[in-house]
Amino acid sequence: MSSSGASDGRTSAASGSLVIPGDKISSDTSDQLGHGVIKLNGELIATKLGYLVEKSGEISIIPVHTAYFPRPGDLVIGYIEGMRSNIWFIDLNAPFNAILPMSLAPMKVEYGGTRDAMDVGTTILCRVQEVDEAHSSVVTMKGMGLRKVNSGFVDTIPPHLVSTISSGSNTIINQLKDASNCRIILGANGRIWVDGEPDGIRMVRDALAFVRDNEHSTELADAIAGQLANGNGE
Amino acid sequence: MGYGDVQMIDENGNRIDGRKAGDIRPIEIEMGVVPVADGSASMRWGTNYVIASVYGPMEAHPRKIQRQERAVLDVRYNMAPFSTTDRFRPGFNRRSREISKVTADALESVVLLELYPRSKIRVEIEIICAEAGTRCVGLTAASLALADAGIPMTDMVVSVASGKINGVVVCDLNKEEDNYGAADLPMGVLPNTGELVFLQMDGDLSPSEFQEAWDYNMEAALKIHELMKEAIANKYGGAQ
Repeated sequence: MSSSGASDGRTSAASGSLVIPGDKISSDTSDQLGHGVIKLNGELIATKLGYLVEKSGEISIIPVHTAYFPRPGDLVIGYIEGMRSNIWFIDLNAPFNAILPMSLAPMKVEYGGTRDAMDVGTTILCRVQEVDEAHSSVVTMKGMGLRKVNSGFVDTIPPHLVSTISSGSNTIINQLKDASNCRIILGANGRIWVDGEPDGIRMVRDALAFVRDNEHSTELADAIAGQLANGNGE
Repeated sequence: MGYGDVQMIDENGNRIDGRKAGDIRPIEIEMGVVPVADGSASMRWGTNYVIASVYGPMEAHPRKIQRQERAVLDVRYNMAPFSTTDRFRPGFNRRSREISKVTADALESVVLLELYPRSKIRVEIEIICAEAGTRCVGLTAASLALADAGIPMTDMVVSVASGKINGVVVCDLNKEEDNYGAADLPMGVLPNTGELVFLQMDGDLSPSEFQEAWDYNMEAALKIHELMKEAIANKYGGAQ
């Protein structure tokens, strides 16, 4: 834990360093507060275990672990977990199930016909439409590419790794698409749909297992690129 | 020979395990020991061995425990039947209920529960081997497990107990000192601010002895906080 200075028991953390809850980040409260940072008694304090990032005047923490909480606009992969006459309950890998009203389904559904249209266990590609302050969320399947998923394979990575594998110019996801010739869709909730030839799917699964096992590695993208260059994801 | 008569500290100030009055027992911390949990930590503190794991935030069930404006902390402290020399009867009892409650109260002081309305965060504290001070070890391990699970908190909680043996105030009592000592003062401290979130007392201490025990606990809490930071850095690396 790199730190500098000491004042009142708390020590200031440097950018890029690992911080734990309670660590003082800065006395300069003019910074914008990002994820995992609060202002307390005139100081910026870390509330999460993670790595400190300072970007364009905003100070935030990339947590080492976090749960997925839906945000409007997120593209997610969900499983139908239950239904009533006019809505479905969708498991989004979040603490609370979302609802999909009959009116936002991709097909015409009669009242009482929800089970016939999409039964329990169906995998769907949907988008979060709205979230209220009590974390109740509504998803929609009206939109380009939103549909039932009938083929391929769904793998999962921890939600905090989604930005790791999808950010930057040559993302891990793009590398995997190129190397495996598979269709890959990454949901913001950490679920990844992969469809293609069995060898390609296996390569992607192995690479994602590597990502899960080495999630705290600083050179994850390079390690994946090296693996794919060797011709397999093992 | 009765309580208070057992000689547990010699004229040179050496305790029966060789420690001086202000010394704490050896502590080893390991993070992420339960892969299926959202966060976990184990602590070996002297002969104590405790595993804490955290699950959630998740939807609170049954619904009657849901709070519309915040999450609830569901803490369960449990001693394994084989954790003591005599078989410990499994299941919840009066003592484990009390410790679960005071641990939850202490953790509620730091966890930002208002970020997760209607949710539940489950904290399981399992005492695998018990010597003395298991509530302190459990609370400290639970705070580590919460941090490991990515639960937002304003500070870590460090808990440690001091007490009195043969008229001398000492820090971090071991089993004999706990059993035959005259007093015990477990405290939960926020190491960055010095605030107190948990305090219990068993036995009698004069005001000056209380102050001495308080100072020992505060000093020990800072040392343990450094060990916690080291353990986290070992698991996740110092910087990215």
